[in-house]
Amino acid sequence: MSKYIVTQDVADCIGCRACEVHCKAKNHSGPGAYYCRILEVQSNRGKTPQIDFVYLSCFHCEKAWCVDACPTGAMRRRDSDGIVYVEVKDCVGCKVCITACPWTVPQWNAETGKVGKCDLCKDRLDQGLDLACVSKCTTGCLKLTTPAEASQAARQAFAEQLYLKRS
Amino acid sequence: MKETKYSICGMCAVRCPVAVEVSDGRLAWIEGNSHDAAMGKSLCAKGGAAFAQRMDKQRPVSPMLRVGDRGAGEWREVSWDEAYAFITRKLNAVIDEHGSKAIMMSDRGGPFADLRQAFMLALGSPNYINHDCTCGRNVHHASKSVYGMGRKDFAYDYAKARHIVLFGRNIIESLRVKEVKSFLAGIKNGARVTYIDPRAAATAGKAGRYWQIKAGTDYALLLGIANCIVNNNYFDEDFVAKYVSGVPEFKAFLEPYTPEWAEGETGIPAAEIRAFCLELNEDRPRVIIHPGWMLARYRDSYYASRMIHIINALMGSIEQPGGLFYPKGAKDAGKKGLKSLTAIIPPVKEERADGCGTRYPQWDKGAGMLQTAYEAIDTGSPYPVKAYFVHRHNPFIALPDTAEQRRIFDKLDLIVAVDVNFSETAWYADVILPESTFLERDDIIRTEKGLKPGFGRRQKCVEPINNTRAGWEIYTELAKRMGKEEYFPYNSIEEIWQYQLQDTGLTAADFDAKGFVKLSGDAIWHDRDQLKFGTGSGKIEIVNAKWEAMGVASLPPYVAPETPPAGSFRLLYGRCGYQAHGQHQNNPILSELLGENELWIHSKPAKKLGIKDGDRVLVTNGNARGTIRAKVTDLIHPQSVFMLHGFGTDVPAKKRSFGKGLADQIFMKGKLKEWDKAGGGLNLNESFVTVTPAAE
Repeated sequence: MSKYIVTQDVADCIGCRACEVHCKAKNHSGPGAYYCRILEVQSNRGKTPQIDFVYLSCFHCEKAWCVDACPTGAMRRRDSDGIVYVEVKDCVGCKVCITACPWTVPQWNAETGKVGKCDLCKDRLDQGLDLACVSKCTTGCLKLTTPAEASQAARQAFAEQLYLKRS
Repeated sequence: MKETKYSICGMCAVRCPVAVEVSDGRLAWIEGNSHDAAMGKSLCAKGGAAFAQRMDKQRPVSPMLRVGDRGAGEWREVSWDEAYAFITRKLNAVIDEHGSKAIMMSDRGGPFADLRQAFMLALGSPNYINHDCTCGRNVHHASKSVYGMGRKDFAYDYAKARHIVLFGRNIIESLRVKEVKSFLAGIKNGARVTYIDPRAAATAGKAGRYWQIKAGTDYALLLGIANCIVNNNYFDEDFVAKYVSGVPEFKAFLEPYTPEWAEGETGIPAAEIRAFCLELNEDRPRVIIHPGWMLARYRDSYYASRMIHIINALMGSIEQPGGLFYPKGAKDAGKKGLKSLTAIIPPVKEERADGCGTRYPQWDKGAGMLQTAYEAIDTGSPYPVKAYFVHRHNPFIALPDTAEQRRIFDKLDLIVAVDVNFSETAWYADVILPESTFLERDDIIRTEKGLKPGFGRRQKCVEPINNTRAGWEIYTELAKRMGKEEYFPYNSIEEIWQYQLQDTGLTAADFDAKGFVKLSGDAIWHDRDQLKFGTGSGKIEIVNAKWEAMGVASLPPYVAPETPPAGSFRLLYGRCGYQAHGQHQNNPILSELLGENELWIHSKPAKKLGIKDGDRVLVTNGNARGTIRAKVTDLIHPQSVFMLHGFGTDVPAKKRSFGKGLADQIFMKGKLKEWDKAGGGLNLNESFVTVTPAAE
């Protein structure tokens, strides 16, 4: 069962890239490799400039293309919670997972010659701690949650905005 | 063994409270200190790169003595003893010939500056200066002239505001973690945001209203706004009647400055200005018009800031939830404050070299003014200045025109740089004394003002891995070697803490649990019926007779900024949220986020010049020139170009960033001599550059 989802409240994201740095500082992803990324999108079409920042990491797919494509079994999916991760000792650096992923999420570490990717900081999760990117997010706009909880939170926030507008 | 140590981040000048987890003497984790609810576990990218900074060897890792010419980059690593002996010998020679006042220091400043101020006093010099001539001096002096209180005597309650107005205060990129969280909470709670800037910084993306103002016309827009507010009685009449003087003069002065007039100067439609003022009237007193943080920009930035201070008073938003409030100190909580390290040192009566309090009577002596101290170095008047301590300050890139600064520095007999990094200024010094990273050093205890005042402590979390020392060790040892032990009698940081805390009833151990001590459980608000201001009359003075007597007009007529000559653009600069002040461009992690800056240029002039997005362009002003990649965007005013600051370093030891991108300050020709005569801030946005396609 793929249990988790990381949600982002885009309204509160300031593009400070702390998530990228906290991830790199913890996971040592290698030069130019980012397990999570903040993508800036701009539009000048509206009355005010639209400048948004979108967080993109791994979706930890239920049926993960990268896992299916991996010839050595290095790319794995944890049965207990559906976290997709690389067992580094088994990675031969063939990069087929990078090709297989629709979002090209697995990252190439040129220093180790192996692939790395977001594993939702499972070592921290297993200790009851939050992910590096989520726990230290500058504005608190990232959250590790479940799809059901995320839906409930989004609906609640929507309802509160309606109320705020009325009052 | 695992333990959590509470400390204060040192990656930038905001200095957020942090929690550092140490496992068997090794750094394991860093996050925001969540004992401070406003902080939570949040930590910005710079803080996140702190461990990487510590491991980085492209920093000074041992005391260094210059062996080649200044700036040639030829150094000899020496022992601390040899470095101290060299400095002491040179200082004594300077003192013998010119007296103690020939020694000066420029300091990045901040809450631990008391130590450096005490050091300068102990040496017998009046010439302690901080970095503020390129930062908030205009705002500070504007605030003094209106309220009789400094800029840090006000803070902002964004979370409860109804309207937040930002004149170029790029709140989400010139980032303070607690402030940005409060700002976003304000937006969630329904606050309107108006952002005014020739460039749509990321903060514009959070605003409901963005005005792409013509650069250098903020004062005109503010005059138009003030005119509209005053003529329509959109102000808090009770508050103004009780606390504000000079309103009749103000009304008469504002007469010609209608919104329609302002439209002609600024490019902002009069109808939009009027609609904005109407909103202010609905939203007051929960209105915050930010008076500026870094406002060393235009010739009249002091007056723009003054006008903001005045309009805030018209809104009645002073000491008001959702508005501006006084950050309270120990005294407001009925407690004793920290004892200053300067208290046991006799005051120095000598005139200051920079003229603060004498040639420039309106300027505060505490922070000094670096560009006029440079004049003293250059001319020997009012007296020679021959030895210069640069503490974690980087004037070569903070102030304009590095080449001109080098010429002035060559008149010095001794330049000592104390820094964690190889700053461009340190690279030109005679001696570099490497300070330990914030993770590896203790500092003096700081006062933390706010609605709930307190004290906070930075403590050493791990031992230094290089041959570096804490600032308190460096200055204590130097003071002793200069024969000033009676003023620096300390042998350990614990002795310093004990000295500082002697009147407070606290001990250093009281900081172990949370890293800070609060002196009040409840938020302290003053009685709004009994507000006091620091002016001569005790009121908020729109016309300040004391400042007028010192030659600073209160309400000068508007003078339009120079228009860039044909083919030229006004050069603007700023920063992003993850690299600031040229301090992070070489950090192993942060350097990777952005290696080179870009030149923002509007699509219309770009098209005319044949410049496409991503093209390399040549930027010139006189003999200053360099190439940079163009970012063609309509998010910048057509008469201006913009680049991020802190790039283009000429220090080869910083291998990741050396020669990458372009430095803005090299184009500010002659601007060391052009500054706001009222507020003292340098005019850092008053330079013009030409932009042409560069040969690839």
